[in-house]
Amino acid sequence: MQHEKTHIVPYRTYLIILVALLIFTLLSVKITAIELGGLTVAAALIFASLKSYLVLTYFMHLKFDKIYIRIMVGFVFAVFLAVIIITFLDYYFR
Amino acid sequence: MQASSHIPHDVSYLDYKGKHKGLLAWILSTDHKRIALLYMFSMMTLFLVGVLLGLAMKLELIAPGKTIMGAQDYNAVFTVHGVIMIFMIVVPGLPAVFGNFLLPIMIGAKDVAFPKLNLFSWYVYIAGAILVIISVLFGDGSPDTGWTFYAPYSFKTGTNMLPAIFGAFVLGFSSILTGLNFIVTIHRLRAPGMSWTKMPLFPWTIYGTAWIQLLATPVVGITLVLVSLERIFGIGVFDPALGGDPILYQHLFWIYSHPAVYIMILPAMGAISEVIPTFSQKHIFGYKAIVASTLAIAFVGYFVWGHHMFTSGMSGTAQYTFSILTFLVAIPSAIKVFNWISTMYKGSISLETPFYWAASFIFVFMIGGLSGLVLGALATDVYVHDTAFVVAHFHFIVFGGVGFAFFAAIHYWFPKMFGRMYDTTWANVGWIVFFIGFLALYSPMFYLGLQGMPRRYYDYLEQFHAANILSTLGSWVMTFGLAIVLINLFRSAKSGPIAGANPWNGKTLEWTVPSPPPVENFEEIPVYGEKDGPYEY
Repeated sequence: MQHEKTHIVPYRTYLIILVALLIFTLLSVKITAIELGGLTVAAALIFASLKSYLVLTYFMHLKFDKIYIRIMVGFVFAVFLAVIIITFLDYYFR
Repeated sequence: MQASSHIPHDVSYLDYKGKHKGLLAWILSTDHKRIALLYMFSMMTLFLVGVLLGLAMKLELIAPGKTIMGAQDYNAVFTVHGVIMIFMIVVPGLPAVFGNFLLPIMIGAKDVAFPKLNLFSWYVYIAGAILVIISVLFGDGSPDTGWTFYAPYSFKTGTNMLPAIFGAFVLGFSSILTGLNFIVTIHRLRAPGMSWTKMPLFPWTIYGTAWIQLLATPVVGITLVLVSLERIFGIGVFDPALGGDPILYQHLFWIYSHPAVYIMILPAMGAISEVIPTFSQKHIFGYKAIVASTLAIAFVGYFVWGHHMFTSGMSGTAQYTFSILTFLVAIPSAIKVFNWISTMYKGSISLETPFYWAASFIFVFMIGGLSGLVLGALATDVYVHDTAFVVAHFHFIVFGGVGFAFFAAIHYWFPKMFGRMYDTTWANVGWIVFFIGFLALYSPMFYLGLQGMPRRYYDYLEQFHAANILSTLGSWVMTFGLAIVLINLFRSAKSGPIAGANPWNGKTLEWTVPSPPPVENFEEIPVYGEKDGPYEY
C-alpha cells in the first residue's frame, strides 16, 4: 500500500482553534441581543460558517488534503450558500 | 487497495460457503452482491405491501362515497403507501440493488470501498422500515399526514407520528452511508486505465446520485428532528401559534425531497443508458453529453424545490425564480431522451424484454416530464395544484420512470445476477399487460385533475365517476401484469435455463465475468487500454 505523507499538528494549534470556536459560539449567542433585523440570520450563519471552516481545516485535516478534495468541500459550501440565498428570496420579498 | 485472498475464483457468490450457513450466510455477508439481493428481497416485500395499499385506495375510489373505508382510514392508507413507496422503495431502489450489485463490477473492483459499512447500511435500512411498520401497527392510529409530514398537521395530529418520522430519519442514514460508500468506491477503486470519460454511464449516474444522497439527506433528517421536537416540546420553529413558520417546514422538506426525485430518477436513467446501446448494438450517442446532463440534473435539481410550494404563500420573487429554475432542469432531461433515441437510430435493434421496458420507460417518462412543465409554470400550476393531475404526473415520473427502469434493469441483468435466463414469452406478456394497466390507471388522473378533482380525498362528485372506474380497472390490470413479471422472475431464478456470461453481447465489464459472478468478481483486476471503452461495438 502506498504510504502517504504524514503531518503532525502541534497541540498548541488545536488549543487555539478550540478557543476560537468557543469565542465564535459566545459571539453568535451575544449577537442575538443586537437588533439586526433581516441580517440576524446572516450573522448567525456567518459565525457558523467560520466555525465549520476551522473544524474542517484543522480538526478534519482538510488543510493537508489533496486540492481536489478541498475543491469538493468548497463546492458543497457553494451549494449550501446558494440554497440559503434562494430560500431568502422568499423571506425577504414576502 | 484490494488485497488478494484465498477465495477460489470459480465459485459463484451464490454457491460460496463461507464461515456461516443458511440465513446467516446472507445477513452477515459483506459481499456487495449478496447485500444487493438482501436489499432487493426486502424492497420487494415492502413493495408488495405498498401495492396492496394502492389497490385498496383505488378500490375505495371505484364509486363516490364510502366503498371500503372512511376518510380517516383513507388518510392513513395514502400516508403509509407514500412513506413505503418513497422512503423504502424508490429512493434506495436502483442504487441499493443494482448500484450495489453492479457498480464494483462495472468499474473493475472486487467490492465497494467499505464492505462492512455497506452491510451496516442495510441493517439501518431494515431498522427504519421496522419503525415505520411499528407506527402503523401500534399506538394511536396510523400516521395520516401524507408522506410529506407537513407542518403544522404533523405535530398536531393525534396519530402515531413519532415512529414514522423517526423511521424516515433512520432510512435517511442508510441512504447517506450508501452514497458515501459509492463516492469513495468510484474515486478510489476504478480499474487501472478507466478514466472518468471511460466509466460506463450507470456508475456515472450512481455517482451523481450519491452526491445528492450525501448533501440533501441531512437536511430532511434535521427537519424531521425539528418536527419531533415541536411535537414533544413545542419548540416553536414551525408552529405559527408560537411564532414559528410552517412554510419554513415546506422549504426544508423540499430542499431534500425534490433532489430525492433525482436520487430516484438518475440511476433509472443510468440503467436505460446501459440497456439501449446493448439492444441497439451501437455505441451510445453523445456519451459526454449524457454525463454532463447527469451532473447538470444533479446540480440544478438542488435549486428547484420551491415549485412544490407555489400556492403556499411564498413570495412572488421566489416563485418566479423557482419556476425559471424548474424549466432549466427540463433541458438536461431532454438531452438524455434525444441521446437514447439517437443511439437507436440505425442501430441493430433486438426486441428483447429489457428493450421493451426501456422503450416504454422513455414513453411514460416523457409524458411525466412534459406534464411536469404544466406544474412548473406558475399560471397553470395554480389550477392543478393538489389535484389528481399532480398524482398522475408523479406516478408517471416516479413509478413510470423508476419502476419501468427497475424492470428494464432486472430483465437486463437477471442472467448476470442469477446465472439463469427467464422465460421471455411470459416476460413480454407481463410487460405489455403491466404497460396497458399502467396507462389505464394513471392517464385518467390527468383528466380528473384538470376537471378539478382534488387529491387525497376518499370521496368525489358523480361527474368524476367514469374516469375513476377506468383508473381502478387499470390498477387491477397493472397488478395482474406485475404478478406475471414477478412469478416469471422468481420461477426462473430457481429453475430457468442456464445463462452464459454475455447473453446480450454487452460491452461493459460485468459481461466479462461469469454468470453469476464469482465472490471477488475478477480473478485479476482488468486494465483499460487507451482504445478501450464501455460501448465499443
